[in-house]
Amino acid sequence: MNGHPALLRIENLRVCLPASADRAFAVDDVSLELHRNEILCVVGESGSGKSVLSRAVLGLFPSRHVQPRGGRILLDGEDLLQATHARLRAVRGNRVAMIFQEPMTALNPVLKIGRQIEEVLEVHRVGTGDERRARAHAMLEAVKLPEPDKILAAYPHQLSGGQRQRAMIAMALALEPDVLIADEPTTALDVTTQAQILALIREIQRKKGMGVIFVTHDFGVVAEIADRIAVMQHGRLVEQGSAREILGNPQAPYTRSLLAAVPGLTPGPKRDFAGGDVVLAVKEVTKTYRSGHRLLGRKGRQVDALRGITFDLRHGETLGIVGESGSGKSTLARCITRLTDTDSGRIEIHGQDIATLGSRALRPVRRRMQMVFQDPFGSLNPRRTVGQLIAEGPIVHGTPSAEAAKRALGLLEMVGLDPRAASRYPHEFSGGQRQRIGLARALALDPEILVADEPVSALDVSVQDQVLRLIADIRARLGLTVLFITHDLRVASQVCDSIAVMHKGAVVEYGAIADVFADPRHEYTRTLLAAVPGRAWSEGRQAASPA
Amino acid sequence: MRDVFLRFIRHKPALVGLLLLALVIAAAFVAGITHPGDPFAIVAKPFLPPLGDYPLGTDMLGRDLAAGILHGARTTLLVGFAATLIATGLGVSIGGLAGYFGGRVDTALMRFTEVFQTIPFFLFAILLVAVLGSSIGKIIFAIAVVSWPPMARLVRGEFMAMRSREFVQACVSLGMGHTRIIVLHILPNTLSAIVVTGSLMVATAILIESGLSFLGLSDPNVMSWGYIIGSGRSVLRTAWWICAAPGVAILLTVMAINLVGDGLNDALNPRLRNL
Repeated sequence: MNGHPALLRIENLRVCLPASADRAFAVDDVSLELHRNEILCVVGESGSGKSVLSRAVLGLFPSRHVQPRGGRILLDGEDLLQATHARLRAVRGNRVAMIFQEPMTALNPVLKIGRQIEEVLEVHRVGTGDERRARAHAMLEAVKLPEPDKILAAYPHQLSGGQRQRAMIAMALALEPDVLIADEPTTALDVTTQAQILALIREIQRKKGMGVIFVTHDFGVVAEIADRIAVMQHGRLVEQGSAREILGNPQAPYTRSLLAAVPGLTPGPKRDFAGGDVVLAVKEVTKTYRSGHRLLGRKGRQVDALRGITFDLRHGETLGIVGESGSGKSTLARCITRLTDTDSGRIEIHGQDIATLGSRALRPVRRRMQMVFQDPFGSLNPRRTVGQLIAEGPIVHGTPSAEAAKRALGLLEMVGLDPRAASRYPHEFSGGQRQRIGLARALALDPEILVADEPVSALDVSVQDQVLRLIADIRARLGLTVLFITHDLRVASQVCDSIAVMHKGAVVEYGAIADVFADPRHEYTRTLLAAVPGRAWSEGRQAASPA
Repeated sequence: MRDVFLRFIRHKPALVGLLLLALVIAAAFVAGITHPGDPFAIVAKPFLPPLGDYPLGTDMLGRDLAAGILHGARTTLLVGFAATLIATGLGVSIGGLAGYFGGRVDTALMRFTEVFQTIPFFLFAILLVAVLGSSIGKIIFAIAVVSWPPMARLVRGEFMAMRSREFVQACVSLGMGHTRIIVLHILPNTLSAIVVTGSLMVATAILIESGLSFLGLSDPNVMSWGYIIGSGRSVLRTAWWICAAPGVAILLTVMAINLVGDGLNDALNPRLRNL
């Protein structure tokens, strides 16, 4: 690449933030180069400025308070920051195209896919009507969508997430741009779909010799796709270099800590629970969602969310329920904690069936089984102090308030927070701290069983790592039995003793995690394991390190 | 709470509104001191223009208009706030239960609400007053009965959204009962919407009361702004001030309440404003 002039050059770019923000610049003095025929991954945690940086290339700024304050963005020598609106419009889509994280919101829901692709050609005055139609058809074929004619005539909501993202890519590539900007394009997708989209982007990029700026927070994805890597933190460029250098031999301490926080794929040492008591037994649980009224005898839509789920959980064991979206894993968690009613089957805690208990009879049972939720922002009542939130559970179950408040302080310490946090409100805390508060709230009732529904999936890797360690530590100290729901096999490998793989409402594979990972028996488990991004890199890394 | 207060006093129009509202409240208080006695009493010659012996002049029967305006402020405030309190209570209870429990409870309560919404609210108020009679208490009741449905719909929507939030699910899994969840967890989170809608409802209640008394349907023994306008409308061309004074009073009061409502909205939901 040396000697060739760069396709896109970002020089000392500064983008300011509103005065009320916690730092002055969203992007602070960043210089980057993108060459033809390469994929540059911009990696960073939330708030690192990676999205603002990538969108600045297209002249897209989130608000009038977030605007460039110096630097240049040169596309083949032309400064895009100085370009007129008309010139920018000509560049957008034509020379620089973009794909977004959430294809459902990035596509117009009231226009057919075909119309939206043709529109891109139309605004850039390419071809006649028939030519455009033919081009749209060819683009859908290029992104390997089956039955392009059907897709052209479909509305966005009629497609699956993966199909929508493919259609988005087809739209972005319709004018054969030189630069493609992909802002977390696979984050909203399931792993198996993610693997296909990554392969597609890679293939098209090679074929057309494009330069791609790929923004992501996931090092697995980076290992899968990057030629070069730029690491960002607090708006600054921490480190950049070839993928091999950064992944294999990172120089900056921040990059090292980020890489160290990425969970590996090798399960921890095996623990044996064969002799323990069965604390939770789930037997043949089913649940069907029915939607739509059956007016005039017409049948509504039916979805079998759970079809006969059976497993045992022994004292001290951690069972991971893994699966993709729509597999029924969250429904299972809700049924077990009785936030949703089951249709049939038994849920036994120490032999007592709780699946059919009424809400009053359930109350004493609820204290033995507590839940940690996914969303660190939605799961805490914003109008109550942290102390009140934690103490409330014991108070409802009859503990005097003074005693409950005192215990809340101890719990805060246990989850690694300052007891002074008790008098503050949830919005004053970061995502990771809120998850700790949620954990303290669950532990306040001294539960035997902890049901954790995707407790770390909304967190950045470094925070995720800390919270996972905390859960493992507390589990050992209190002898908790844990049901851990996750879509992320890396996370599962860090905390689980056994896993149940769910697919379309059924458990397709169930066993000790080391056995399942080493020798998956079911076809779907194999697909799932193969789709984990950066798998080869992780395995190479583990083989190299003595631990 | 301190943040909310600071945001409110930084909101200039809201402060103006609050000032105007304070003036109206002050007027209601001083009515008994500066103009003791019956505001219906005939005190001077009819049709005296303003800024003479009587600051606002007299009406066609020789009654002091200033006394009428000051005493009328009492009626206006009483009706506005009492009717709003009752309507808010009704609306929050019905909407809250419908939104929280959903299903059949929701269907039943919402159909009930729709019955009230199908009748134009002002005609409905006239009808109620015509049937019940027109003491001040019955007027308040009539206004409350026609004003609660929008509040019920709003609260239902808010409760439904809150019901599916994870923190409410967390409350359920901690073993809390319905009453505790509704009162301690959901209600405080919907309070800002209720306060904002309620404050604007006061303005509507005042307008309905003025309309009723303009039509002569109000309590004949209680002085009110609408009554003065109603009685002065036949002499609008020769003695404009009889209608103008209470008209301006209504305008300013309703505007003041709207400004305060907007200010509360911005102070309680700062994120909406920043978007």
